[in-house]
Parts: sequence; C-alpha cells; structure tokens
Amino acid sequence: MSHPPASELLTRLRRLPGSVLTFWRRSLRTRVVTAIVVLCALVVGSVGWLVIRQITDGLVKSRVGASVAEARTETETARERLGSAGGNDFDPETQLRLLVENLVARGEVKGFDVVVLGPIGDGSTTGGVRTTPEVDADSVPAGLRRSVESGENGLAWTFTRISYTAGADGSPDRTSQPGVAVGSAVVLPSDGGSYALYYLFPMEEEQQTLLLLRRVLLTAGLLLLVLVAGVALLVTRQVITPVRLARRVAERIASGRLEERMHVDGEDDIARLAMSFNQMAEALQSQIRKLVELSRVQRTFVSDVSHELRTPLTTVRMAGDVLHDARASFDPVTARAAELLQNELDRFENLLADLLEISRFDAGAAVLELEDTNLSDVAYRVVAATAPMALQRGVTVRILDEGAFMAESDVRRVERIVRNLVTNAIDHADSDGVTLRLAADGEASALTVRDHGVGLQPGQSAMVFNRFWRGDPARARTTGGTGLGLAIALEDARLHGGWLQAWGTPSGGAQFRLTLPRRAGDPLTHSPLPLVPEDIREGVT
Amino acid sequence: MAQPEVVDRPRVLVVDDDAALAEMLTLVLRNEGFLSQIVARGDQAMAAFRSFRPDVVLLDLMLPGKDGVDVCREIRVESGVPIVMLTARSDTIDVVLGLESGADDYVAKPFKPKELIARIRARVRRFEVPTPEDLYIGDLTIDVAGHSVTRAGTSIGLTPLEFDLLACLAQNPRKVFTREVLLEQVWGYRHAADTRLVNVHVQRLRAKIEVDPENPTIVVTVRGVGYKAGTADEPPSGK
Repeated sequence: MSHPPASELLTRLRRLPGSVLTFWRRSLRTRVVTAIVVLCALVVGSVGWLVIRQITDGLVKSRVGASVAEARTETETARERLGSAGGNDFDPETQLRLLVENLVARGEVKGFDVVVLGPIGDGSTTGGVRTTPEVDADSVPAGLRRSVESGENGLAWTFTRISYTAGADGSPDRTSQPGVAVGSAVVLPSDGGSYALYYLFPMEEEQQTLLLLRRVLLTAGLLLLVLVAGVALLVTRQVITPVRLARRVAERIASGRLEERMHVDGEDDIARLAMSFNQMAEALQSQIRKLVELSRVQRTFVSDVSHELRTPLTTVRMAGDVLHDARASFDPVTARAAELLQNELDRFENLLADLLEISRFDAGAAVLELEDTNLSDVAYRVVAATAPMALQRGVTVRILDEGAFMAESDVRRVERIVRNLVTNAIDHADSDGVTLRLAADGEASALTVRDHGVGLQPGQSAMVFNRFWRGDPARARTTGGTGLGLAIALEDARLHGGWLQAWGTPSGGAQFRLTLPRRAGDPLTHSPLPLVPEDIREGVT
Repeated sequence: MAQPEVVDRPRVLVVDDDAALAEMLTLVLRNEGFLSQIVARGDQAMAAFRSFRPDVVLLDLMLPGKDGVDVCREIRVESGVPIVMLTARSDTIDVVLGLESGADDYVAKPFKPKELIARIRARVRRFEVPTPEDLYIGDLTIDVAGHSVTRAGTSIGLTPLEFDLLACLAQNPRKVFTREVLLEQVWGYRHAADTRLVNVHVQRLRAKIEVDPENPTIVVTVRGVGYKAGTADEPPSGK
C-alpha cells in the first residue's frame, strides 16, 4: 500500500473532528454508554473519596489518641523517675543524659522518636538538643515548641513531618515521614531547669495502610467502571439492535419493498414496537396498493377511452372530409356546417392526440430518442413553422441569439416544447412581438420565449402548466389550443431531466424558460439564462 | 383524374371489423379510383385474399377470428403484396410486431383520408429507378426491369418494398442514405415519419440477402447517419 500524499493526509486530519462528531451524533449506543460510564465514574469517585476520608480520619484520630496517651505515660514515668531520683543525686548533665537515654531506649522499643530541648526559658536557645539518633530536631514544629515552652504543664500535640539527618556511619538518609508530635515539659530536679520533651510518633504504617486502601479502591473503581461499561454495552445492544433492524426494514420499505416486515419475538416493548411497525407497514402497503391500482385503472381508462374513440373518429373524419370536399355543391347553410364540422374535427383530433400523449406520460411509457441537438436549429424550424400564424396575428417573432446551443435531447419532443411555447406566446403577444433568446454553457442549454402581452397574475406562473388551465376564463379561445400543450411540454422537459418554468407580471408580459442539461439525465443546477427577463430586472433595480 | 377501365383499377382488400369505418373506406377508395372488398374477420382474410388478388391490403391489427399480425404473416408466406396496417395504438409493440411480420407501412387512426390514399398510392406506384438496368451490390445482381435479385444465379425472393429499398441503396453505392431520405424515396413520405419503418425493413431485408445477417456486408449501417450499400471488399460493420 502506498502512502497517501501529504495533502490528502491533511484533509483527512482536518476531517477527523468532523467525522468523530458525526459518529457521536449518529451512534446512540456510544452516547448512552458514555453517559452511563461518566455518571458511574462520578458516583464511584465520590463514594471512594468519602470512604477514604472516613478511614483516614479514623486512622489519624486513633493514632493521635494513642500517641497522646503514650506520651502522657512516658512523661509521667519520666517525672516519676526524676522525682524519685531526688535533687542532688547526680549532676544535671548526667540526670538529663539518663533521662534522654531512657526515653530513647523506650522509644526504640515502642516505636517513637524523642527530641529533648532545654533548658527552656534561660534565654539560650541552643542550650542543648538531644534526640534519638538521626532525628532532626527541626521536626518539632515551632508552634508546638511555643505552646510547650509557654509553660503549661499539660500536653500539646500537632502533626508534623519527621525528618532525619544523615547518619554518622554514612547510612543513607531516611526519607522524612508524617507523624504526630506530642510535647510536654519536665523539670530536672538537679538544676531545676525545665526541659521540653517531644515525642515523635511516625505514621508510616497508617500511611501505608491508606495508600494500600487507595490503590484497592481505585482498582475496584476502575474494574467497576469497565464492568458497567460492558453491561451498558450489552444492555444497549439489546435495545439498539431491534431499533437498527427497524431502521433497516423502514429503509427497505421506503425504497419500495413494501412487503418487508420486522421479526416479532416475544411480548416485550421491542416486540410490540415491531408489531406496531408491521401494522403500520401493512396499512401503508394496502393504501399504496389501492392508490397504485386506482391510478392504474384511471390511466388505463384514459388510454382505453382515447383509443376506443379513434376508430369512430376516423370514420367521422372521413365522412367530414367527403362532405367538406363536396361543400361547393351544397346550399350555403349546409356548406358552412360542413366547414364547421371539419374545423372542429381538427380540434377534436388534436385534443385526442394530446390526451393520448398525456396518458402515455402518466403510464410512464414515454421514452426518449436522444441525439445531439442544436436548440438554435429547433428554434428556427419552429419560427418558420409558426410564421403563418404569426403573420395572421401581426406578431413578429425574433430570435436574438446566434450560435450553437447544444443539448442531448429528443428533437421531436424539444421541438414540440418550443412550438408550444411559441404558439402560446404568439397567442398572448401584443405589438411588441415575441422574442426568443438562447444560451448555453458547459452543463446546460436554455431557451426563453418572451411576450409582452397580458402577462400572468401572481401565483399563476405555476398554474399555467396545469392540465386544461386557462388564465382568463373570459378570454376568447383564439388559437384553439387543447389546454394540454404546456402540461405536455412540462412532461417533455422533465423527461429530459430539464426545467420548464414560467414568469410573468400583470400586463408586463410573460417569459417561459426551457433549460436542458447538456447530457440528458444529468442533474441541473442552474440555467444559462435568467427566468426574469433582463429588461424587467433592469427596470426594477 | 380520369377513371381507368374497371379492370385496371387497383384492387384494395380492406380487413377491418368496424363496419362503419370499412364502408367509409370503401366510399373514399371508390372515389379515388380504387376497387375494394371488405373482410370483417381475420380468419376469412386469407380466402378473400386468394380470390380477390388485391394490389394492396389494408389490415387492421385487432380483428376477431384471427390476429392481424398472424394474417399479415400468412399473406407474406404466399405473396409480397403491399400491406398497410391500420392501427389505433401507434406507440405500442404491436406496430413493430406488425412491421416485423411483413407489413410495409402503417397508418395510425385517426387518419385523414388523403393521408391514407397517399400511402396506398405510394405502395402501388413503387419506387422508380431512373435508369432501368442491372445493378450490382456486393455479390448480388439486381435486375431492375425484371424485379428480381440473384446471387450466383440463385434467385432471392424479395417483397416489392424490400426490392425498392435494395435498389434505392444500390443505384447510388457510395451515398449514405439517412432514414428520412429512405422514408421519402422508398415509402413516399414527404414529412418526417416513423423511422422504425426503415429499421425493421432493413432487418428483414438483411435476413434475406446477407450471408451472415449478424455481420451485414451488403446493407451497411453508418452509425448515427443511416445506411449505405456495402462493397464486397469492405470489412463487415456492426449491426
């Protein structure tokens, strides 16, 4: 596989957010599962946070309680020992050393560190520091020191971070750890100096416990989330699958396969949806069948009637011709009657031919015989053919554009469209005459027929293509059109995949525009000619 | 026009089940100098055809007793007499079927009497080659005066229309004839008419004269234009 060019990659990248968004919008399942997982994560997170809070609080509280109790015992023991030793037994230095050593030894056994500061209150802050080996005296927070040094006899405690100094033997630093610092003051009997005793209880154990707990909770939470996501996927699939099936069936029905039905399984909501869906499809199918049958019957009827009329009409037509040919030998009344008969037979025949043409369109039996056609040639032929009629009405018909305006089309049909438009225009034109314009571009060719007659009332431009529609019922029928001409022209244009549109204003004349795709059946997006005539548009703007 | 002797009047057999139309046709035909006979049923048409020996047959396609298409086929077995179909449905397959079964031309109802007479006259008059002499097309010899076509001495039976079509192409071997020109010269149409007439008859003609009708060499299609007479040395063209 070759690598796609950079530009293509770039376009793909640029489309990525769009496609992700599309997927998000399209997939109900993704949205539902995501929502469930997010909500579940929120719940699990807050519950976990609460649990950890509670446990931490409990652990710390109990640790603090135990530490304070222990410190109290130790202090009392130390006081007792100091008290029993008396004031003069040893020098203060030895007494203090003994005290500290004793405490440190007990601390090592019981798991706490000791910091002894003092003497307090004589102004020398650097009086002396004695600690459990490697414990940094700074581990005692200043606040605790102040409250102990302020002289109250009781115990004070606070949280702290126990830090360690580098060992003398070069052993590596122990990392600092959280702990509880409890402080109290003792008076050394030998010199009456007051010393501050600080017990540092490390909380490493608790911290480990909490860390473990947190890990356990986190793992459990994640597992729960995955489980929930899986369950949600399964559950939504149960719901989504029938919905998707229903969609597929609906699409098939929409594409004309009316016999498609959903599979009904069980009695749950989905099954009832399927049942209702099937009932709907059934109702639709029977309605459509009825309509199809009705329209078929009607079409066949129109077609049959038209055909059945043809044989008797042929006979009448021949009889009329015989009478018409012989009218010179009739008396004037009969002769005129023969003439009228002949004229009306012509009209009858045209009407019947148009009816048949329409019924052919309705039956979908009309087919195109395509060839490359120059609309200009068609226009000239039509103008030549309609010249006698135009002359009779004193209307001039002009073609304004010269050149090749090609369209792949059925010449016979296009000529019929143009003939219809031109005769229609001649029928309605005034002294300004009728003008034809032509234009073409790569995709389409267009022809407009413009007259300056009575024009169209608002809303009539769509109705002119209706069968047997007449603009003004009071207007005399002059050309004896069948009333089907424009309807047939519209069907002809549609058969090519083209447009036939009308424009008109009251007493501003009308313009009809035929647009044909360059290749028959190609979709039309625009017309090379405007529907509203240029002279009008210039007048407006 | 001067009325010819009764014996010389062209004879037209009208096969139509519509009594009024048939009678009207008789009246008009008699007015125009034709002698006509009416048959109302398809199954009686052959007997009437044999006894009346018409010059032209007017044949309705929908007939009681026997279908017009079948009647047409039966007449063609015995004779090449011009057959003009009368049809109420000019856009259906019936027309093509009728033409394929041997009808020369058709007139769609409702027709004008003059139109029908023109069609009958055109069928009776025949196509006339200006210089009646032997024509050669491919490996065929056309004896214009004797109205016969032979290949290597073997006679090929053509209907008058098929003969006219072949002769029209053969008298101007280099020329490409459009369907419209053929309709005018062979069928006698002055205005554009149904080009299916030409297509169907070219197919029928090819079936009789071509060695391989699938790859015609005598009546060659010029795509998008029409037909022309092929020469023996030309490669066969597509259908």
